[in-house]
Amino acid sequence: MNAILTIAVNTFRETLRDKVFYNLVIYALLMIGSALVLGTLSIGEQGKIIKDIGLASIDLFGVLLAIFVGVGLISREIERRTIYTVIAKPVHRYQFLLGRYAGLAFTMWVNTGIMLAAFCVILIIGGMAPDRGIMKAVGLITVAQLIVLSAALLFSSFTTPTLGGIFTLALYVIGELTPDLKVMSDKLPVGLMRELLTGLYYLLPNLALFNVKGEAVHGVPITGEYMMMAVAYGLTYTALVLLASCIVFQRRDF
Amino acid sequence: MNPLQINRLTKAYQRGWSRKRFLAVESLSLEVCKGEIFGFLGHNGSGKTTTIKMILGLVHPTEGTVSILGRDSREIAVKRSVGYLPESPYFYDYLTAEEFLRFYGRLFNMQGSQLACKIDSLLELVGLKDARQVPLRKFSKGMLQRAGIAQALINDPALVILDEPMSGLDPIGRRDVRDIILQLKEQGKTVFFSSHILPDVEMICDRVSILVKGQLKAVGAVSDLVGSETVNEVEIQVVTTSQELLRKADELGATVSRRGGMVLMTVPSQPKADQLLAYIRSQNGRLVSFVPHKRSLEDLFLKETGVEIQS
Repeated sequence: MNAILTIAVNTFRETLRDKVFYNLVIYALLMIGSALVLGTLSIGEQGKIIKDIGLASIDLFGVLLAIFVGVGLISREIERRTIYTVIAKPVHRYQFLLGRYAGLAFTMWVNTGIMLAAFCVILIIGGMAPDRGIMKAVGLITVAQLIVLSAALLFSSFTTPTLGGIFTLALYVIGELTPDLKVMSDKLPVGLMRELLTGLYYLLPNLALFNVKGEAVHGVPITGEYMMMAVAYGLTYTALVLLASCIVFQRRDF
Repeated sequence: MNPLQINRLTKAYQRGWSRKRFLAVESLSLEVCKGEIFGFLGHNGSGKTTTIKMILGLVHPTEGTVSILGRDSREIAVKRSVGYLPESPYFYDYLTAEEFLRFYGRLFNMQGSQLACKIDSLLELVGLKDARQVPLRKFSKGMLQRAGIAQALINDPALVILDEPMSGLDPIGRRDVRDIILQLKEQGKTVFFSSHILPDVEMICDRVSILVKGQLKAVGAVSDLVGSETVNEVEIQVVTTSQELLRKADELGATVSRRGGMVLMTVPSQPKADQLLAYIRSQNGRLVSFVPHKRSLEDLFLKETGVEIQS
């Protein structure tokens, strides 16, 4: 546990000293701030626009951080050979992997925390209060980010940052459209294609489950049961992807 | 119980589209005794780094085993007694020297004053005390190598494994690394290091092994392996106008080149160089430099014993 914590703290420090992190945070804050300006352009829909842009920014920049920093988590360590001295210490490979993951997950939470704080300030300036729906939507965004980050880590453990980035981005986009796979497979006649689409539906992450931004913006209630189910699904999926990453990483030569 | 015992270690890779099998290391067996400095020699690509990576669990062997201090090297606990410096090390360059050592110390569960004292003494040992707050990205190559040695010693290891610790260093840096290795021996530690620089090896190693294309060709003391005759040629630079001296150099088979009054003579062996030196003195020539050049130990070994000879 100590090794995981030490590596996580070091990873957190690494990302804090990385320009990518600050660039993303600044862009996100500008984007959230722009919601206020764009809101004034719309008549009667100011609140909706502010919430829409604010939540979308938190979602987008969180995912960008997960992808751009996440894909280099392991591959950059191997490329720069910094991994050699760590693995040569009394550290299990899975501890190294989980430490890197935990460090970046913590960075993402800090990033989301900063964006959420800025979003709340904008809401207050716009004459609104940050309600429960907004908090729930942001909560589910962070769970989705955990899944995306675990996928980035998995790809990072066996391929280059560029390919890893493409794969993770593709997985994110497909993940947002996973329910459509189910709809399509249900419409197909029984056969190989139907089985394939159904298999993909269960294999790929259902990120649409974590997208409750529309409900939050329009004040549609998000039930506790739904939240629990989504969080349980997200954490289970993340754990399974991390397990796969550990298995791949254990077999690697450096 | 030897600090390091390697048994029939083999690493095979498959290359290219044809998946042709390539043996990076082939059935290597070796024992390193307690308290000795052991030189692991070979040209680039001979399999030294792959072997070291297999010892440390960075590369999985295809066959064979490694035991460290009597235990299987795959046990994580074994690594508590091992220090490692990789070849051309790259470290977390956003850390300062102190943060860097603290990070590695914490991986060994070291905390508080125990860790602070250790960091102080290591920075002192490697001569980086004044650079403790400097980020590693501002370090020169020599300074990085020193920082790397410090991290290898953070856990006070019984076995220290250094991969090419002197490569890329200037003569002073090499001397410093040699001194540190000798200090480690005085402290009773076992040092296993790879190198292809003969003078460094000759000066400090108790025993050496020679690896050629992944195969172990010999193990023993340097003098046992190649004898004392390791000088390939000697460069003598002298200020003279004596034609007699030049004729003598020619007789001894030296190649001579002149620039003004300065003469550079390259003599093919140490005894001939000694003869020429005596003659220079008798002719009142002014000696500017006398530089013996040595062959790599591996070249000498192969030349004198032939490639096919096994240990």
